[in-house]
Amino acid sequence: MRRLLTFFLLVLIALALTVTVLEMPTFGEAGNPTNNEVPQRYLEQSIEETGALNVIAGIIIDYRGFDTLGEATVLFVAIAAALSTLKAH
Amino acid sequence: MEDLIVRYVSRIVVPFVQLFGLYVVFHGHLSPGGGFSGGAIIGASMILYALSFNLAAGTKKVSHDLSLILESSGGLIYAGVGLAAIFLGANFLGNKVAGIPLGTPGNLFSSGTIMIITLGVGIKVASTMITLFYSLIEGEQKTDEHC
Repeated sequence: MRRLLTFFLLVLIALALTVTVLEMPTFGEAGNPTNNEVPQRYLEQSIEETGALNVIAGIIIDYRGFDTLGEATVLFVAIAAALSTLKAH
Repeated sequence: MEDLIVRYVSRIVVPFVQLFGLYVVFHGHLSPGGGFSGGAIIGASMILYALSFNLAAGTKKVSHDLSLILESSGGLIYAGVGLAAIFLGANFLGNKVAGIPLGTPGNLFSSGTIMIITLGVGIKVASTMITLFYSLIEGEQKTDEHC
C-alpha cells in the first residue's frame, strides 16, 4: 500500500516536471525572456557602473549583492547545522 | 597513514595551490573566478595538507577556533560593507551610488566594495571547508577510540 502511494506520488511529480519543461520557451529563440534588455544593460554598462572588468563579479556582488549575502548565509547555516549535529556526539 | 611520497609531493604542491587560491580571490573582479572558487581552492589546499600529514599537523597551522572565527568574520565583512553603504547615504550594499571611489577599471585596487566583499567571501568559503573537514574527521577519530 505504501509503495503504491510512493509510486503514485513519484509519477505525479514526474508529470508536473515534464509539463513544466514542455512549457519552457525554445532554446536560443530571439524573443526569449533571457534576451531582454537586462543582460544588454549588464554587458554595455557594468564596467562603467561597477568598475569591475569581470562582468559576472559585477553582477553577483554589485547588482545582486543581496542575493549573494543570502548565499553566504546558507554557508553559515550549513556550518552551524553540521557543528550542532557532530558536536552532540 | 605514513606515506613518504604523498608527504613530499604535498609539501611542494601546497604553497603553489594556496598562492593560486589567493590570486583567484584577489583578481575576482578582473578575471574569471571570485570569492567562492578561490576560497574553495584555499580550503582544498588545507585539506590536502591535513590529509597527507595528519590532523594534529593541520590543526597546528589553522586551529579549530581560528577557522570558526574566520568563518564568522567573513560574513561580518560582507554585512559590514553593506551597512557602511547605508551610513554613506545609499541603499544596503550600494557601491557607486554610495560615492565609493571605483578607481580605473583593470587595476588591482578598483571596483570599490566588490574587491572587499570578494575577500570576505573567500575567507568565509575557505574556513567553511576547513571547519567541515575538521569536524567530520574529529568525529571519526572519536568513534574509532570508542570501538
